[in-house]
Amino acid sequence: MIRVILPAHLKTLTHVTGEVHLDLSGPVTQRSVLDALEARYPVLLGTIRDPATKKRRPFIRFYACEEDLSHDSPDAELAREVIEGREPFIVVGAMAGG
Amino acid sequence: MSSVRVLVGTRKGAFILTSDAKRKDWRVEGPLFAGWEIFHMKGSPVDTNRIFVSQSSGWFGQLIQRSDDGGTTWEPVGNQFVYDGVPGTHQWYDGTPHPWEFARVWHLEPSLTDPDSVLAGVEDAALFRSSDAGASWTELSGLRGHDTGSQWQPGAGGMCLHTIIQSPTDPGRIVVAISAAGAFRSDDNGEHWKPINKGLRSEEIPDVDTEVGHCVHHVAMHPSRPDVLFMQKHWDIMRSNDAGESWFEVSGNLPTDFGFVIDVHAHEPETLFVVPITSDSMHFPVDGQLRVYRSRSGGNEWEPLTKGLPQSNCYVNVLRDAMAVDTLEDCGVYFGTTGGQVYVSANGGDTWEAIVHDLPAVLSVEVQTVA
Repeated sequence: MIRVILPAHLKTLTHVTGEVHLDLSGPVTQRSVLDALEARYPVLLGTIRDPATKKRRPFIRFYACEEDLSHDSPDAELAREVIEGREPFIVVGAMAGG
Repeated sequence: MSSVRVLVGTRKGAFILTSDAKRKDWRVEGPLFAGWEIFHMKGSPVDTNRIFVSQSSGWFGQLIQRSDDGGTTWEPVGNQFVYDGVPGTHQWYDGTPHPWEFARVWHLEPSLTDPDSVLAGVEDAALFRSSDAGASWTELSGLRGHDTGSQWQPGAGGMCLHTIIQSPTDPGRIVVAISAAGAFRSDDNGEHWKPINKGLRSEEIPDVDTEVGHCVHHVAMHPSRPDVLFMQKHWDIMRSNDAGESWFEVSGNLPTDFGFVIDVHAHEPETLFVVPITSDSMHFPVDGQLRVYRSRSGGNEWEPLTKGLPQSNCYVNVLRDAMAVDTLEDCGVYFGTTGGQVYVSANGGDTWEAIVHDLPAVLSVEVQTVA
């Protein structure tokens, strides 16, 4: 089971209050996690990645295991802790103040 | 008994203000879509229960929401706005080529006849149509593909298509306006387009009477006279009596002719409303006095309307889509400010009251007259 934590606005859109839990078959990568996430919640199409190019939106980051994965290959396998559900895959909206 | 439903888009969500025809006591609902920028929300003139909303965010992109029950419940619909073919380039602020990139939907214009059909004006400037109530969107690419498209340049707010006017008498006629390209018209339902900017003069650009490049802020039309158009340009209030073929200035005695909004009285096609703003470098009312100006003669002669509006220390702006009129017997006029006030006049502008004082900055105001 893959645990995913969404930022507040995307929790509102998806009506999710806690973590999202996904069961994936095959390699667990950023791409496969996000594909599964968008398949379960079509409202997220375009909010995390460009719907055509699948590139991460500029103000979105991906964290896991205290690491910033935003610039990793979307097809790189995620850490064992994420694959085994011991750590969440976190989608973050960049901080902004003012 | 008729009632009104005022649809307010703000920097941090949407609000729905409702009242009976007296327009004295208001119910305020919101924020809907809290925390998101609501550039525009507009109801179908065919089915007042159907409302479309442009919901966007610098973080999470563009969503379109639709209500089929007058704003009680909402459903996210299609949000894929893909330019037709290879998008190519337009000019960037410095005149260099810049690729066309979708940023957001500025304006939604439901069809006058079909509740499932709606047009969307987007940044970077293009026009899209949905024929399935917002589920999918197709670009009317003849506009962006016009010979001049590669010369279009953004205004300070981005290269946005912000005004869409559909003719009530000629179903093939659409007028749009783009900052800072100008006004364009199609007579074949969006297939082909031509610039309609003859008579406009803009001192801020090298060729002051160029075919394209004018920063048109808003255009308004009265439904009984679709060939008469009124324009608030960056500077200048302009009028056309021939569906945009030619324009002439009607700024007249205004204290300044810079501004963003312009609208027409619901029952008097020669009665106009504008909110003069000091200048392009000072986006606030002249002398800190918020004044709507009304012309009852189709322009040139203007009177200030001040009763109920702050006449000192007021430094808000009124953005281009933030004025609307209802169609009740005593025409109601509404506008919203960047200070979060939404004002109503239930008597055609003679007196004003604030419906709300402290909303987030208001981006758009539309009103539905509900039977």
